[in-house]
Amino acid sequence: MMSWTEDQPMVSIKDVHKSFGDLEVLKGVSMDIMKGQVICIIGPSGSGKSTLIRCVNALNDIQQGSILVEGQEVNDPDLDKLELRKKVGMVFQQYNLFPHKTALQNVMMAPIQVLKQDKAEIEKQAYELLKKVRLEGKENSYPGELSGGQQQRVAIARSLAMNPDIMLFDEVTAALDPETVKEVLVTIKQLAEEGMTCILVTHEMGFAREVADMIYFTDRGVIVESGPPATFFDEAKDPRTKEFLSQIL
Amino acid sequence: MKSIPGINSKASTDFAVLKPPARNQVSHWHPNSTSFTRWLSELSILNCFLFILLAFVFSSLAFAQSNYTTTDAVDALFRWMPFLLKSGFFFNILISLLVMLIGTLTGIVLGLGQISIHGWLRKLCWAITQFFRNSPWLVLLFVVMLAFPFQIEIFGLTIPVPDWLKAVIGLSLPIMANVSEIVRGAVISVPSGQWEAAESLAYTRLQTLWQIILPQCFKRMIPPWMNWYAILTMATPLVSILGVEDVLKLARDATEAEGNHPELLMPFYTFVLVLFFIYCYPIAKLTQRLERKFSVKG
Repeated sequence: MMSWTEDQPMVSIKDVHKSFGDLEVLKGVSMDIMKGQVICIIGPSGSGKSTLIRCVNALNDIQQGSILVEGQEVNDPDLDKLELRKKVGMVFQQYNLFPHKTALQNVMMAPIQVLKQDKAEIEKQAYELLKKVRLEGKENSYPGELSGGQQQRVAIARSLAMNPDIMLFDEVTAALDPETVKEVLVTIKQLAEEGMTCILVTHEMGFAREVADMIYFTDRGVIVESGPPATFFDEAKDPRTKEFLSQIL
Repeated sequence: MKSIPGINSKASTDFAVLKPPARNQVSHWHPNSTSFTRWLSELSILNCFLFILLAFVFSSLAFAQSNYTTTDAVDALFRWMPFLLKSGFFFNILISLLVMLIGTLTGIVLGLGQISIHGWLRKLCWAITQFFRNSPWLVLLFVVMLAFPFQIEIFGLTIPVPDWLKAVIGLSLPIMANVSEIVRGAVISVPSGQWEAAESLAYTRLQTLWQIILPQCFKRMIPPWMNWYAILTMATPLVSILGVEDVLKLARDATEAEGNHPELLMPFYTFVLVLFFIYCYPIAKLTQRLERKFSVKG
């Protein structure tokens, strides 16, 4: 971990295998993500894309292979999961905001309770983050009083408050109304433009094409095809990719 | 020589019990017939009530000749009321509060044990919970009464353990088990996404539990917890069977001191019932209201 430098991949996934009981969901997946890159993972449901990014912050463990995050091996029984998760932020499909806390408190909780940072400073930062995700004036609203898109943006702000190096987005627009999808995507795009390293699992092809540096298409636990958006979307070679894209686009 | 049937003379078969039961004989009254017990066993609950009521009225009529009237009984009750309330009923309340305190604290620990990541601890706590949840309270009381020493010696100090304290411990066991289940149920009712979100924000398991999960459980736990308090309060007269001087025991003592007139029974025990009702009914109402309030807000 000490030896990691910025010219090396920030996240390096090598030959990762993952099973739930007898069901093998990842069958040897490899990819490298450099600092500042935005990676989109697409593919049919059940192809293991969510599982893959959940392995990156050790929410799921892997049976075989290696995941290096800034040089730190994730597939290690002695892994300090808390240190890893301080570097890797995650946003979920179902937002998972803490319903008993206001938007502002949701953003402030982890930095205060986990990072033990100064409360006054965090509060200032939390206001700025909520402003950044365009939720000024909603600081004191409870999650139940916010729309899906607003809740998801609070969730993004909550992750950013930990000041992570990498952000994982697990189908973050899949539970939203079509009208509110855009407001969340705009926020993610803004993050990407600021140089945040992002790994997204998404079904938003237009967004992937616009924002991603690399697209990975997974099916049945393996990466079928990958490439920069222009090549991937216009010159797909594998028949499975072609079939998937023809159904979506 | 006196003839003894079956010994020195022919066995007589006049007795119905020795004969095979003949259908038409059962309905006829006969000193040795089993028809009375059969009739009694076939009584419905309503008939039993009527029967007890009849017995009550007849005995009252019999005693009426001793010039003790219901008015006398009510007068006696009024004289005893302050004593029954202060020395009796308040003691029941004190017992219920102590039991609830001990039962809640131990129950929370046991409930958290039931969601431990250590399998052996989880199983142990589950077993303890199930055992005390499914045991009759009175039996538990007897066991604690008999199993506990009447005094404990710690560092040369002799601390007496009075019966009422044993009763408190005995009643605390089922409350502990039920609070344990309330805690476990409330924790598992929180969606797993909450755990994952906290985990991904680098919370430890303990931090997640205390900062994220339990605060959400608190509201859900209040109504069932209050419900158990009401049930417990109504169960406190059980301790009178073990000689603890609660309101029921004192009511019984009072009626005896007043000469054991049957007229005393209804006023005295009705008074005890009313005391419990006045105390427990508002709790039940409040529980209901909180349940409704929390279910709307989610």
